[in-house]
Amino acid sequence: MIYSEKVMDHFANPRNVGEIPDADGVGEVGNAKCGDIMKMYIKVNDGIITDVKFKTFGCGAAVATSSMATELIKGKPIEEAMKLTNKAVIEALDGLPTVKLHCSVLAEQAMKAALADYYTRQGIDPKMILGDLSTPESCEI
Amino acid sequence: MDKRLIYVDNAATTKISKPVLDAMMPYLTDGFGNASSIYSIGMNSARAILKARETVAKALGAKTSEIYFTSGGSEADNWAIKCAADAGAGRGKKHIVTTVFEHHAVLHTCEYLEKHGFEVTYVPVDEMGLVHPEDIEKAIRDDTCLVTVMFANNEIGTIQPIPEIGEICRRKKVLFHTDAVQAVGNVEIDVAAMNIDLLSLSGHKIHAPKGVGAMYMRTGVNLPNLIHGGAQERSKRAGTENVAGIVALAKAIEEAVKDIPAKQAKLSKMRDRLINELTKIPESRLNGDPKKRLCGNVNISFRGIEGESLLLSLDLEGICASSGSACTSGSLDPSHVLLAIGLPHSTAHGSLRITLSEDNTDEDIDAICEAVPRVVEKLRAMSPLWERILRDEDIDAE
Repeated sequence: MIYSEKVMDHFANPRNVGEIPDADGVGEVGNAKCGDIMKMYIKVNDGIITDVKFKTFGCGAAVATSSMATELIKGKPIEEAMKLTNKAVIEALDGLPTVKLHCSVLAEQAMKAALADYYTRQGIDPKMILGDLSTPESCEI
Repeated sequence: MDKRLIYVDNAATTKISKPVLDAMMPYLTDGFGNASSIYSIGMNSARAILKARETVAKALGAKTSEIYFTSGGSEADNWAIKCAADAGAGRGKKHIVTTVFEHHAVLHTCEYLEKHGFEVTYVPVDEMGLVHPEDIEKAIRDDTCLVTVMFANNEIGTIQPIPEIGEICRRKKVLFHTDAVQAVGNVEIDVAAMNIDLLSLSGHKIHAPKGVGAMYMRTGVNLPNLIHGGAQERSKRAGTENVAGIVALAKAIEEAVKDIPAKQAKLSKMRDRLINELTKIPESRLNGDPKKRLCGNVNISFRGIEGESLLLSLDLEGICASSGSACTSGSLDPSHVLLAIGLPHSTAHGSLRITLSEDNTDEDIDAICEAVPRVVEKLRAMSPLWERILRDEDIDAE
């Protein structure tokens, strides 16, 4: 298995690691049994994601995709962040090994879970905006 | 930062040693003759193979005629199991006994046979990673054609009671195969005294190159062929001989068995220092029996982190190790060995395997003891699972 240089860079120097104590939205996906959990925190100001942090339990690709996902949405309008797909994360990392593609899905889901939490806190049903966010039960994605 | 390479994944593969390289080099250059050819460079190759066979036989307490060269451990395992099954089926015996934590070369071969009408009993191991001979005895039936139990486990290094199992199989008149890929050179092996009928070994685990191995087949066992073709290996294993590889394997095994007690003393000292130091890390545990284990094997789980991240982080420090996490196995489940000894999935994901060779030094151990706690702490600091462990949540509840 081969990781791209970008994946290794984001693994070795992950961007935006940590927590936001007064976050406006927090999302967590994955489970211990499958070996990856991602937790994302966002801060929203005037419709802009002004800050984003993450914590990840998982493999190198899990860390790198979380890191890249935070980079891609930081400073962006919330509407733009909503459109972030796992494919964009993969492209930004110069590709991922096939067995690691699910990590990029998890990164997208973590980010959307944080947005859903943000909308819920605003009194808006996130399903109206983000659709159904249910995550698969099995480890396979 | 010290960036020299610290290689501690010797159960995965080893570096070719200087004596081995020197021994094989003539057969990669001018001595390239086909051992089946009649002219002098051909005969020279044939002589080299004969001498190599004597050397390997001597290292195992076997007769020269009982050694067959193969492409490696997996081929030897496939040969022993598939062909013992084939021979058994001819006598109406279609049952095999093995254990739950064998190498995949054994397990996947058994699973293949299950799809072809054989029954397989997978005997469990205890929480220390040891097979109980009485469980093997209980699993043997009238229609059992083969018992296959690994000599030493490749992940947690536990050394199995092979002489006891050999005695049971001989008494019950059932063929006994052992995958000794990890044991050769680390444990004294005497196939005759241990009642072993079939044994697999591999070259690249003992400082020979990849792509060569051997099978010991006791006189009188006479399994059918796995690979059909020419008359090489006394018509038991076809294919032009890998002369350089065979010579290398012989040199490697000769070196490996020269002074096993000295190697055990040196490596177990380093091993125990690693175990002592690394299990001081909070929420860590040693996997496998602390004493009945290979002299160079360390396997420790750290809760709250994932193995691949740990390996990549250690690689950034120049340390090459291994893990039983799903991510490093190419499957979605963590190591079947760690699950077999009762580890929850989350803990199995966070395992680290360090396997030493005689090339390792006390300085290597110092560097590992310094790096691992730091890396574990860094990964835990960014792990949402570690937060939950610190809050005393039941992380394995699904």
